[in-house]
Amino acid sequence: MSVLERLGSLDRRWIFLLIAVAVTIPLLLERPAPTPPSPIVQNLYDAIDALPPGSKLLMSLDFGPSTVPENDPMARGVTRHALSKDLKLYLMTIWATGPPLIASLMEEVVDAEFPDKVYGVDYLNLGYKVGNQGAIQALTSDFKGQYTADVGRGQMHPSRPIDQIPMMDDVRAIRDFDFIVGIGSGFPGLKEWVQFAGDPEDVPVGGGVTAVEAPLLYPYYPQQLAGLMGGLLGAAEYEAALTADFPRFEGPGQQAQIRMFPQTVAHLVIVAFVVLGNISYFATKRRTGR
Amino acid sequence: MNAESVATWVGALLTLMIFSFLYRDNAFYKFAEHLFVGVSAAYWMVQGFWQQIIPNLMAKLFPRQFESVVEAARGAAPEYIYAIPLLLGLILLCRLIPSIAWISRWSMAFIIGYTAGTNLPRYLVSDFMIQVEKTLSTPLWNPQATHWLDSVMFFVSGLVIVGGVVCGLIYFFFSKEHTGAFGRASRAGIWVLMVAFGASFGYTVMARISLLIGRISFLRDWIESVFT
Repeated sequence: MSVLERLGSLDRRWIFLLIAVAVTIPLLLERPAPTPPSPIVQNLYDAIDALPPGSKLLMSLDFGPSTVPENDPMARGVTRHALSKDLKLYLMTIWATGPPLIASLMEEVVDAEFPDKVYGVDYLNLGYKVGNQGAIQALTSDFKGQYTADVGRGQMHPSRPIDQIPMMDDVRAIRDFDFIVGIGSGFPGLKEWVQFAGDPEDVPVGGGVTAVEAPLLYPYYPQQLAGLMGGLLGAAEYEAALTADFPRFEGPGQQAQIRMFPQTVAHLVIVAFVVLGNISYFATKRRTGR
Repeated sequence: MNAESVATWVGALLTLMIFSFLYRDNAFYKFAEHLFVGVSAAYWMVQGFWQQIIPNLMAKLFPRQFESVVEAARGAAPEYIYAIPLLLGLILLCRLIPSIAWISRWSMAFIIGYTAGTNLPRYLVSDFMIQVEKTLSTPLWNPQATHWLDSVMFFVSGLVIVGGVVCGLIYFFFSKEHTGAFGRASRAGIWVLMVAFGASFGYTVMARISLLIGRISFLRDWIESVFT
């Protein structure tokens, strides 16, 4: 058996090991990969950037711990962008796994990088609302009827009735928001925000999804979606756009860009194995005449 | 050793147990897999109970009894209309009793009917009508193009979008034999579909590698915490 033919019957555990090495070594180097924003991500960035200070941005974190590597950099990027532009940031989720992610976002991004922002004035945690697309539909007609109180933030900001929060004074329904950002990884997620909030209420919608779901959402762009971050690459492109305008986020705000380096190396290894596999296949086919 | 470092160690050990499957199936992997399924189910059940059953059902029916745990129930009057969803939910549980399982079909019918009623208009508008309108009105000329090559690419892109949609739909039209020009369009549709599936698969590979990067990053942080 020639070398090429032996490649075709290579134990897949060697491939697993090579992929692990291809990911680990570049990750240890921690160098951000250049990821110029694609038009679909740049459009999302520009749409949020164009909002005047004081605009209301509703961000729904509809993902769980299993997709944090892809979705969390998106949520952090949009949070940094929104608060840098002095937008009013409303955080919510329609996934049961969302609340801890909102809490860590507030702790690790808002508290750490925007200590001047005040809870209840600049940003608000509305928490989890059960009901999937039904919850979104209910919010379109009676937002305060669904969210009767916020979640609060510890003892400094205990949970209050929604009517006592200044940020909620002129919010009655979804259409009172200036932009909706959905960060999601499945059902319910960004698709439901487009179908049940964006299209019927004519509110601009954008967001980010995992790479698995991104192809399902591209048909909505650009008429029904202002822009879309697809997977880790989309998150990295958004970070690139953000750090170009706000250099202070270089470093902590480049997690996705740092991870694109091992991503690229792993892809190259996969492509190499695909090519070798095909060469081995045709070599074997030629030898056996079949 | 605080709670956070215990959680990190547990997460790291469970990650390594799951990864051990890459070598071969073993008891550590099976344990971690079953633990994950059990904890996930329990978490969702607890969330559903405290986020839905208590505030949106029990606190509506018995606000005085639940006002200590549900802020909105304080001073509220009972809303007895919520006895209907309570009844429907209990009927749904009849599924677990074989002799009266048939009764649960009434609740299932309500759920399916409600879901179809709310989803159908939205899917028809967002996924069909708007998509058809925008596809058929795809511009083939970009008046803002500054270079002739940009105009050509814009034109080609528009043709690919409209042609790809039409040819893809032709492939799924089985009331006419796929011969002649119709057959050629159908073949083109197959190519469009294959390219789309290939791109989708490529995105899936990217997603899985991203999650692997996340796990290895976590393990790196864990190892760093051990030695610092």
